[in-house]
Amino acid sequence: MHTIWVITKRELQSFFDSLIAYIMLILFLGFSGFFTWLYGSDIFLTGQASLESFFGIAFWTLFFFIPALTMRLLAEEKKTGTIEMLLTKAVTDRDVVIGKFLSTFLLIAVALAFTLPYPITIANIGNLDIGQVVCGYFGLLLLSGAYISIGLYASSVTNNQIVAFLVAIFISLFFQLIFEVLSGNFTGLIGQIFSTLSLSNHFESIARGVLDTRDIIYFLSIIFAGLFLSELSLTKRNAD
Amino acid sequence: MDIRIENLSKRYGPQKAVDQLSFQVKTGEILGFLGPNGAGKSTTMKMITGYIGIGEGEIRIGDKSIRDHGDELKKHIGYLPENNPLYLDMPVIDYLRFCADLQGVAPDKVEERIRLMVRMCGLNEEKHKKIGELSKGYRQRVGLAQAMIHDPEILILDEPTTGLDPNQIVEIRKLIREIGKEKTVILSTHILPEVEATCDRILIINKGKIVANGTAETLRRQATGQEIVKLRIEDGPADQILHELRRISTVDLVEVLDRGLNRFELQSRSGASSKREVFKLCVQKGWVLTELIPIETRLEDIFRNLTTN
Repeated sequence: MHTIWVITKRELQSFFDSLIAYIMLILFLGFSGFFTWLYGSDIFLTGQASLESFFGIAFWTLFFFIPALTMRLLAEEKKTGTIEMLLTKAVTDRDVVIGKFLSTFLLIAVALAFTLPYPITIANIGNLDIGQVVCGYFGLLLLSGAYISIGLYASSVTNNQIVAFLVAIFISLFFQLIFEVLSGNFTGLIGQIFSTLSLSNHFESIARGVLDTRDIIYFLSIIFAGLFLSELSLTKRNAD
Repeated sequence: MDIRIENLSKRYGPQKAVDQLSFQVKTGEILGFLGPNGAGKSTTMKMITGYIGIGEGEIRIGDKSIRDHGDELKKHIGYLPENNPLYLDMPVIDYLRFCADLQGVAPDKVEERIRLMVRMCGLNEEKHKKIGELSKGYRQRVGLAQAMIHDPEILILDEPTTGLDPNQIVEIRKLIREIGKEKTVILSTHILPEVEATCDRILIINKGKIVANGTAETLRRQATGQEIVKLRIEDGPADQILHELRRISTVDLVEVLDRGLNRFELQSRSGASSKREVFKLCVQKGWVLTELIPIETRLEDIFRNLTTN
């Protein structure tokens, strides 16, 4: 546990030292703020005291930003060779994977925490459904976890950061969009399978304020699968 | 902690990088690991440090096998990888703290260990700089410092002196000698005089196999097998001296190097030494022995001999 935290701390430090964290925070807050308050179907246009427009925006911004954060996590270490130094310390492969996952997750959590003034403001000007907002944030955290996990896996299969980014976007796009489109094109069992696999369906149901264990299990299984596969591909260097 | 390696093999595809390697290193011993590029040195070191898995065979540290207790044993190993990879965006002090934390150094000891490492490796001036701003020699020192930060019982150093200037090389060698008194050290290098200066024992491998194992002296003796000395004997006719030298029972071969200066090269029978006999002969005949130079086979020659065919 201690080693995981040491790795998480270093990764977070590195996010902030390299300015990636600041750029990400500014862009995320800028985008989501702009579309929530000023442009498109913003709060004043819809005239409802609800954060749905924000959740809709965050759903897409996180989809693009997370691969940009995760792409360097393992790919860079493999390229510079520091992975050898790291893995020969008293750590397990799992510690490294979980530590890196947590660092990005915490950074996203911080970014989301900075948007808390939105619901506070809206609660002051209208009748906000607090339960729905809590669920929405919870859903965003789960979604971030899933995409970080996918991004981490993409970063573990290559030592080129751009490739890692593209692979992560490619895999994520299936969950974000393609499965849903496919579920509309098929009927019966196949359609149902695609519909179950679609991340947006699960996210929307949570964001509506319905907390279903099936949705939570869905996100947790993507997270665990991603972490498991990352560890597996990191351990593959041992292969004979 | 002793390191025992038994029949270790490792394949990369069809190629055998390490082939049935067996050797031991004891506590308080510094083993010099020699071999041409691609001989399997780094692969062996990576297996000992747990970076890559063991192909076949066994590595035991203390009485525990790396296969079963790998993660636990890492704590006792300090490792300087080849090319010395470091986090360039981290300041030296932070990096050493990170390594100390990972290696499980007790929190109240961390600062003390960092101070000691900074002093031992001569990093005081540079300790607040980012590693990326340091020259190669200083980075190498940081690499050594991170390897030793948790006071490991085993030190594995893959080419520890590359990139250092001659003064630093002498310092680092002294440091390694000092550490090697109580610890188990394996170091690989291409610099042959370095092995002689620092190591208690030399292991030469080629194509994944051990081709020589012993101290510098034993290697020399094995390589030549026979004692060779250069002589200069004055105050006598060359032909007569040559004749008398050939009559010594332990002498195998005598050649005249320079007839005018009465210089000879004398090769003894294997296992025998003729130096005393030569001296006695000179005394008996009233000649003056002005030169007697034992010819040592250079380590370079031994290395070339063992690894080029």
